[in-house]
Amino acid sequence: MAATDPTAALIELGDVHKSYNIGLPSEAEVLHGVGLRVLPGEFIALMGPSGSGKSTLLNIVGLLERMTSGSYLLQGEAVQHLDDSALTLRRRNTLGFVFQFHHLLPAFSALENVTLPALLSEGRVSSVQRERARELLAAVGLVDAMAKRPSELSGGMQQRVAIARALVMNPPLVLADEPTGNLDTASSDEVFVLLRRMHAERGTSFVIVTHDSRLARRCDRLVELIDGRISQDRAVADPAVRISG
Amino acid sequence: MFPWFGFEFRVAWRFLREGRMQTVLIIVGVAAGVAVIAYISALITGLQSNTVAKTLGSQAHITLRALDDVVAAARPPTPGVTVLTETQPRAQRLRSVANWQALLPLVEQRPSIASVSPMVSGAGLALRGEATQAIALMGVELERYDRIVGLRSKVVSGTARLEPGEAIIGNELASNLGVRIGDRLTVSTGNVSDSVRVTALVDLGVKDLNRRTVIVPLRAAQNLLGLPGGATELDLQVRDVWAAEATAKALRVEFPFKVESWQENNSQLVSALNAQSVSTTVIRGVVLVVVVLGIASVLVVSVVQKQREIGILRAMGATRGQILRVFLVQGAVVGAAGSVLGVVLAVLLIWLFTSLVRGADGLPLFAITLPVMTALQVALLSTVCGVLAAIAPARRAAALDPAQAMRI
Repeated sequence: MAATDPTAALIELGDVHKSYNIGLPSEAEVLHGVGLRVLPGEFIALMGPSGSGKSTLLNIVGLLERMTSGSYLLQGEAVQHLDDSALTLRRRNTLGFVFQFHHLLPAFSALENVTLPALLSEGRVSSVQRERARELLAAVGLVDAMAKRPSELSGGMQQRVAIARALVMNPPLVLADEPTGNLDTASSDEVFVLLRRMHAERGTSFVIVTHDSRLARRCDRLVELIDGRISQDRAVADPAVRISG
Repeated sequence: MFPWFGFEFRVAWRFLREGRMQTVLIIVGVAAGVAVIAYISALITGLQSNTVAKTLGSQAHITLRALDDVVAAARPPTPGVTVLTETQPRAQRLRSVANWQALLPLVEQRPSIASVSPMVSGAGLALRGEATQAIALMGVELERYDRIVGLRSKVVSGTARLEPGEAIIGNELASNLGVRIGDRLTVSTGNVSDSVRVTALVDLGVKDLNRRTVIVPLRAAQNLLGLPGGATELDLQVRDVWAAEATAKALRVEFPFKVESWQENNSQLVSALNAQSVSTTVIRGVVLVVVVLGIASVLVVSVVQKQREIGILRAMGATRGQILRVFLVQGAVVGAAGSVLGVVLAVLLIWLFTSLVRGADGLPLFAITLPVMTALQVALLSTVCGVLAAIAPARRAAALDPAQAMRI
């Protein structure tokens, strides 16, 4: 694995194409030569209408899907040709995920869900890791809900557990696919403020897919995707409203 | 030692606990299968042991006799010439095993042989008053013969003792002749007669034997049958009854005698036992297949139900190997839990059988036990089957694409 250079781009995508059903009459290209550079500590909103390729791009960045062609440097290392187990290890060590539908494991408590990445990585959860998970759950306001199962938590609470889980292994980048898409306005604001706070406190980079232009305006940088192409990529004007919401 | 134990076991356990009803049902299914396998194994083993014990209760495992008398060819065969002859088989007379006193220690020192007993046997008549009965006369050394057929354990009246002039006889014969312990009867073999005192009555387990058997000291039988110093056969007891035929074969190669194993003398019984064993093996095989299919079908359903969770775990960095092992562990846990419960059920069934199914005398028909080794073997086999059954579902789970799995 290449040595990490802190000044280098965290992610560098070049001319990424992605097609589905290759060789079939239904073949469709959803990404047409996308280029994206994410620097350490950035807080990026990825916007676009439905079907524009946002989730596909996020899955490619998250090493959950392979691109059809193009290049991908993750922390300076070309990853597009790595095999499945190497990609899995990069995903485990570099990325955190927050999904729209929370995607917590229903058989595990909130605390156990947060410690899962550590369990998965080392086969056991050390007391230090457990303490860290508790701190994170406390930081997202779930001190009293640690022992509860996801089914006992509200949507906003579940999403906060998912955020704690995404951060527990201290990944340099968190990818969030419409993290507020399934929440009411109040919960949605709460979760977004939490994401901004985590970014401010920890310096973790975030790439957030959202439909909500109100939330997107509160990010540092806005990348818009239309029909599989980046239509705009610009810094957001007023940073003052970011945390306060 | 097993770095995957923590993650795989914990996730497998939670998955099983989450689908509690499904898990309980399949464990009960496996337990029923294991119980049937263990119970049938114990039942058939008990039945066969009982049958073999009863069959061998009155006969030696191997008998060694002199070769049959044969008629010598009238003239040696000439090459190219076909001679048509008809030879009358020779009547077999009583003959002694040549040099049996020297042969006995040689046979006895073989590791597979437990004990050897010389015997002189032939036909005769038992006379008492006006009653006459055809008998099978056997001359033995009591201590040695007792080790072959456990004669003392078959005594129903009197005390087994064979001093000169004494005899042990079958209880039916005693009844037919009106003889009681201490009474005398005459044993006749044509030209020679001898008067003997009855010391014990025995029940050999077969009515016909009880009607004909007269056991006298070896020397007395030698005199009565005209074979001074001889022994018509050596009776052998082997350590493993099922190895009797192999031992007999080895003896045949080594010594110029007619050597017969109990299997050879009871070929129909052995065929029946073999057929029974084959049927039992088939039943056990079918039950195992059903158990494997049951576990596999439940785990296939579980993989479908858990697609999203599998996707989440893969997104968090679980390798395909880890997901594969999560489902293999589930198969093993279900197999092992079902095995333990199944063995307990089998023990219960055996207890019920021995308690409820009894003969006319109020005693259990035969002894059934589930040896610890058999129980362990069945349990291990079922656990292995659980793992094998999980292979296909586990591979399917491991092959799931994380992005697709989460979209479901």
